[in-house]
Amino acid sequence: MNKILEKRQLSEEVFRMKIEAPLIARERKPGQFVIIQKDTNYGERIPLTIADADPDEGSITIIFQTVGKTTHEMALFEVGDSFENVLGPLGQPTHIEKVGTVVCVGGGIGVAPLHPIAQAMKAAGNHVVIIMGARNRELIIMEDEMKAIADELIVCTDDGSYGRKALVTEPLKEYCESANPAMAVAIGPPIMMKFCAETTRPYGVKTIVSLNTIMVDGTGMCGGCRVTVGGETKFVCVDGPEFDGHLVDFDNMMLRLGAFKEREQEDHHQCHLDMEIAKKKQGALR
Amino acid sequence: MSHKNVDTLKSEAKVLWADLQGKELKPKDRLAIPCQDMPSQEPSVRIRNMAEVAVGYSEEQVRVEASRCLQCKSAPCVKGCPVSIDIPRFIKAAEEGRFEDSLAVIRESSLLPSICGRVCPQESQCQEHCTVGKSLKDVNRAVSIGRIERFVADYERAKGTKNIPQIAPSTGKKVAIIGSGPAGITAAADIRKAGHDVTVFEAFHKPGGVLVYGIPEFRLPKSIVEEEIHTLEEMGVDIEPNFLVGRTRKLKDLIDKDGFDAVFIGSGAGLPKFMHIEGENLVGVLSANEYLTRSNLMKAYDPEHAATPTYKSRRVAVLGGGNVAMDAARTAIRLGAEKVYIVYRRTEVEMPARVEEVGHAKEEGVEFLLLRNPKRIIGDEKGRVRAIEVLSYELGEPDESGRRRPVPIEGSESILDVDTVIVSIGNDSNPLLKQTTEGLETNKWGNIIADEDGKTSMDRVYAGGDIVLGAATVILAMGQGRKAAAAINRMLAEEV
Ligand SMILES: Cc1cc2nc3c(=O)[nH]c(=O)nc-3n(C[C@H](O)[C@H](O)[C@H](O)COP(=O)(O)OP(=O)(O)OC[C@H]3O[C@@H](n4cnc5c(N)ncnc54)[C@H](O)[C@@H]3O)c2cc1C
Ligand SMILES: Cc1cc2nc3c(=O)[nH]c(=O)nc-3n(C[C@H](O)[C@H](O)[C@H](O)COP(=O)(O)OP(=O)(O)OC[C@H]3O[C@@H](n4cnc5c(N)ncnc54)[C@H](O)[C@@H]3O)c2cc1C
Ligand code: SF4
Ligand code: FES
Repeated sequence: MNKILEKRQLSEEVFRMKIEAPLIARERKPGQFVIIQKDTNYGERIPLTIADADPDEGSITIIFQTVGKTTHEMALFEVGDSFENVLGPLGQPTHIEKVGTVVCVGGGIGVAPLHPIAQAMKAAGNHVVIIMGARNRELIIMEDEMKAIADELIVCTDDGSYGRKALVTEPLKEYCESANPAMAVAIGPPIMMKFCAETTRPYGVKTIVSLNTIMVDGTGMCGGCRVTVGGETKFVCVDGPEFDGHLVDFDNMMLRLGAFKEREQEDHHQCHLDMEIAKKKQGALR
Repeated sequence: MSHKNVDTLKSEAKVLWADLQGKELKPKDRLAIPCQDMPSQEPSVRIRNMAEVAVGYSEEQVRVEASRCLQCKSAPCVKGCPVSIDIPRFIKAAEEGRFEDSLAVIRESSLLPSICGRVCPQESQCQEHCTVGKSLKDVNRAVSIGRIERFVADYERAKGTKNIPQIAPSTGKKVAIIGSGPAGITAAADIRKAGHDVTVFEAFHKPGGVLVYGIPEFRLPKSIVEEEIHTLEEMGVDIEPNFLVGRTRKLKDLIDKDGFDAVFIGSGAGLPKFMHIEGENLVGVLSANEYLTRSNLMKAYDPEHAATPTYKSRRVAVLGGGNVAMDAARTAIRLGAEKVYIVYRRTEVEMPARVEEVGHAKEEGVEFLLLRNPKRIIGDEKGRVRAIEVLSYELGEPDESGRRRPVPIEGSESILDVDTVIVSIGNDSNPLLKQTTEGLETNKWGNIIADEDGKTSMDRVYAGGDIVLGAATVILAMGQGRKAAAAINRMLAEEV
């Protein structure tokens, strides 16, 4: 059982939770993730990046966006409730090295997994440029935390409601042209990562992406998370989650993400209804 | 194999038993007794539920079947049993209606009789050597040793009496077990009996290994596995789920920092193989592991309660001919597929699956496309599986495995319309422990190298089951767990 120690809503769709997980807090490194299952009998196992950890307190922090059934239900959990199962840390840690200038690009919820990596890149002595983007002002998360790390920070929104009105690829392109970065790290929706990789490709800037495929076990047992990288099949949970963005077959990955669409859409509709009912109930109790 | 009604089988046995009871039977008489079929759910009914297909012998059936045994002095059947159960002795007791005594005989050698009685490939182990089968020139007419085993194990479970094994006084030593499949469960029990503290680490949220995530409910009810695990807990074994050794904690740290005096690795063969053909990453191509785990462990077959989705399929091709392939095919039928094919590149004779499961799959409408192998998987404009291109084969000369090698027939390609492809051509060993543990030696297939006792290249570290053998069987994994446990117990005893 993993108790929720803190909960904060970062935006309409994004929640941050600190949860008890002493063993994971002790072992985890930037780039790694956990698999959470709300309940043992009928729960779905979903992967979430470890956004932060406190080994002394024995806690890890997750930041998640409500996209489907499980994440919506998780959002209703309160401090003191527990997730029945948390497995981790999983995946290969990020390779952190002093290389010079590193451009870190985060899209939407991707800012959460980007945070520990940017932190470690900074600690290793790199010049860290952070570009973060979201659809609109409401969806911007962790701006203060990123500001604290970044040597330079650029915030963009698709609709111009905050920061610069642009897609993250625009400032990324400018940096590639002017600043000659040693590498880029891009984390966000697959389509954003794809275009970030396309943006840096002509400049030969090595670009690391963190892939969020559908997973079941997270230990290399099911093969559900497989992607094509440089023509070879790789398992994201054990070979990744980070790969060279210039080698990833994003189109295939995006297709595979839609594998369970029918069922997910049914659930999604239902969980919105359930959420409304639950919210009303919670409101009535208060 | 044609399906016979449960009541018919039972009443036939009643008549037979009334006739046999108390008679002095000569070997010739015994050979004349008809084999007792396993009663099972009607195929048309069972394809719409997840309940166990085989419902088990009646008391009369088991005694009639046991009467078929000739009590051979040389007991060739025992030589076929990987853990050398005293088969004639337990069958004798069953014939005489002393079911508890019968089970006690099995328990001398095997820890999981209600599981092994259901899933062991008897026709290629004990029953292959049975004199009755040899005399009748048909291995399928050998004494049904496994079904008798299952009956006496279930008989005790049904009565609800459970004997928790005796535990020796505490030794103060600690042993870690990695993985809770048959190898891990068996090793844990035997080590705990010797008075050591035992902790089982399991990556999944439920213990049991392949028994819970791979083998479906309709073949092995999960409640049986849960009971075995519960017995372990009652013996004082600590089970830690959600713990991936190598990541949550390094194997070496268990010994160096956490004070474990020995480690047994029973982490199984969990890395799915793919065929490396065109189209393998299309939407709708799944490994059997993924398909079965979603359905079994996370109950995706019950969409009303389960959050885990399953892939919606109408026409399914399952690639492979082992137990895993049969389980995937039969699961697909139960999940509502209209048409399910098994595509296998040799003939039914070479199929590694249990004969009983092949029979059950046929009864349930699975179609077998033998001597066929997929060449590529074809997608539609949305990247979803639309069809597979299949090549026909013929059998050539025997290869190194002793089986006749399938040889492709030039120009024999044909197209099979399917929307789902389930790949079940076997598993390799999961590389995680090897990758994260310095000094742990593996062979070229990634299996951990262990000696007769299960001892690995590392001090105090033993291994057994699929991680050593490659994908094998429950009983072999169990046998290795026992051997390693004995070796660990010996090592720890010497140190006191
Ligand atoms: C290594 C890794 C790290 C991740 N880290 C985070 C994180 O820190 N924060 C966060 O909010 N999300 C993260 N994700 C994505 C997260 O796992 C999914 O959003 C979650 O599984 C959706 O579950 P659900 O039941 O609510 O939605 P579902 O009902 O399963 O799906 C709803 C929608 O989300 C899409 N989806 C389903 N599964 C995934 C998936 N695994 N990844 C992306 N989209 C998916 C579906 O296509 C569908 O459109 C990560 C994924 C991976 C693989
Ligand atoms: C679908 C299917 C059907 C089968 N049918 C039959 C059959 O009919 N008859 C038969 O005899 N055999 C059958 N088998 C084979 C049989 O199940 C296996 O041979 C047997 O389960 C192997 O036992 P094991 O203990 O070695 O490993 P497993 O049962 O594989 O258990 C290993 C366990 O270790 C865990 N684990 C792995 N790595 C780690 C780690 N690093 N840290 C913590 N935990 C870890 C895994 O999650 C798993 O629970 C079948 C297999 C499958 C997949
Ligand atoms: S070989 Fe067959 S007949 Fe002989 S003892 Fe064994 S089970 Fe009985
Ligand atoms: S999630 Fe199952 S292999 Fe990666």
